[in-house]
Amino acid sequence: MCLGIPGQIVAITDVARQMAMADVSGVRREVNVACIVEGDIDALVGEWALIHVGFAMSRIDEAEAAATLEALRDLGEAQETLQAMREGQQALQSGSSTPVAGGAGA
Amino acid sequence: MKYISEFRDPIAAKALLAAIAQVTETLAATAAKPLQIMEICGGHTHAIFRYGLNKLVPDGIEFIHGPGCPVCVLPMSRVDECVEIAERPEVIMTTFGDAMRVPGYRKSLLQAKAEGADIRMVYSPLDALELARRHPDREVVFFGLGFETTTPSTALSIQQAAREGLRNFSVFCNHITVPEPIKALLDDPYMQLDGFIAPGHVSMVIGTHPYDFIARDYRKPIVVAGFEPLDLLQALLMVLQQLAEGRTEVENQYGRVVPEHGNPVSLAAIEDVYERRKQFEWRGLGQIDASGLKIRAKYAAFDAEEKFQIGYAAGPRHVVEPEGCACGAVMTGRIKPTACPQFGKGCTPEMPLGALMVSSEGACAAYWQYGGARGEAA
Repeated sequence: MCLGIPGQIVAITDVARQMAMADVSGVRREVNVACIVEGDIDALVGEWALIHVGFAMSRIDEAEAAATLEALRDLGEAQETLQAMREGQQALQSGSSTPVAGGAGA
Repeated sequence: MKYISEFRDPIAAKALLAAIAQVTETLAATAAKPLQIMEICGGHTHAIFRYGLNKLVPDGIEFIHGPGCPVCVLPMSRVDECVEIAERPEVIMTTFGDAMRVPGYRKSLLQAKAEGADIRMVYSPLDALELARRHPDREVVFFGLGFETTTPSTALSIQQAAREGLRNFSVFCNHITVPEPIKALLDDPYMQLDGFIAPGHVSMVIGTHPYDFIARDYRKPIVVAGFEPLDLLQALLMVLQQLAEGRTEVENQYGRVVPEHGNPVSLAAIEDVYERRKQFEWRGLGQIDASGLKIRAKYAAFDAEEKFQIGYAAGPRHVVEPEGCACGAVMTGRIKPTACPQFGKGCTPEMPLGALMVSSEGACAAYWQYGGARGEAA
């Protein structure tokens, strides 16, 4: 019920009613953009928004999306490093003479 | 697809799962004594099962499926009232598809449609408005359902109808709110929750501050999450990290969509069109104070309850839930869907007895569809 899907505003269709055409995964549908208008309605063209039941409910913040993905990438690298450290620890405890490089993935 | 596929990256998921496993170990959570994390939103429940996240996380983590599925918590009496309006000869009833099969005490909307009522599925309340413009001789009623995500769309549609002076459009309002049932669950002595994953799209409307009381007064961590697998895993990790570090805060994993203070236009439309009902009945949870919205008197012409003198406008009423249906116990996390005596027997998605089996966002339907061996291994 509360699901929404990212769509891109491609044209303003009715300024008075605050309606615009959105491209949602290749499907075009007229949506109400009242919730995301800030000043000039034409400035919305090209913007991405979360579309829910025919309404653009929230602009998608590109910088925030990038920041989340960045955090996930960092975590991936950190996990690789930690894994390498754990393996190194085990190698040392088991008396292995082969040194394992910690942080190889970082 | 932009903003979707990158949040389904399996390599990043692996790293998240490793980090989750580590913190779970630190917290000494085990299958015998798991950490209970409630995902409030039915959309999250669906995503957890769809991507098998419940099986990917360590045994020490148990997802408890919250009450955030609007058709699941809709009392049968409200379905009956909706059917009653729909059966009026002048009415075109419009509804979202997921409400069609919800059983009422008498029948579902789907049954009423089969018997000749003019009931139409729409994608948006704007479609209902358009029908009203095209059929000035008919009464077009929209079955207004949903949490704060959907509430603004009905409010904006009512405002638009008022501007146009449409006299044949009204809303049968069943809009409900998220914070109040969470408070009711937290006040329930049987609940032993360790933390929450908060709904992403409700939060894009209301912001993150309505959850402050959960962290401040009830000392539980809560993280707002998006709907892709990486969103949910990252939010879970953030909840666990709070537990490990002894913090209880409201955090926002879904910053790309959820602003801290919500959406001002949506909030203004809600405030303009609705007021709180004193109480509203939730299926399986009973009456919850101030949890339902009513259309304000200045928009009474667009309130189907006033127009047809039905529901709360017609006075108090009481309807019994079907016998043997354990939706309430499932929804409060007391039992798993498979422990309900009706699960898969008297109650299946084809012939649902309880509402949790109707919607794909309901916990029982999710167990049935994705649980493997018809839910046994879920």
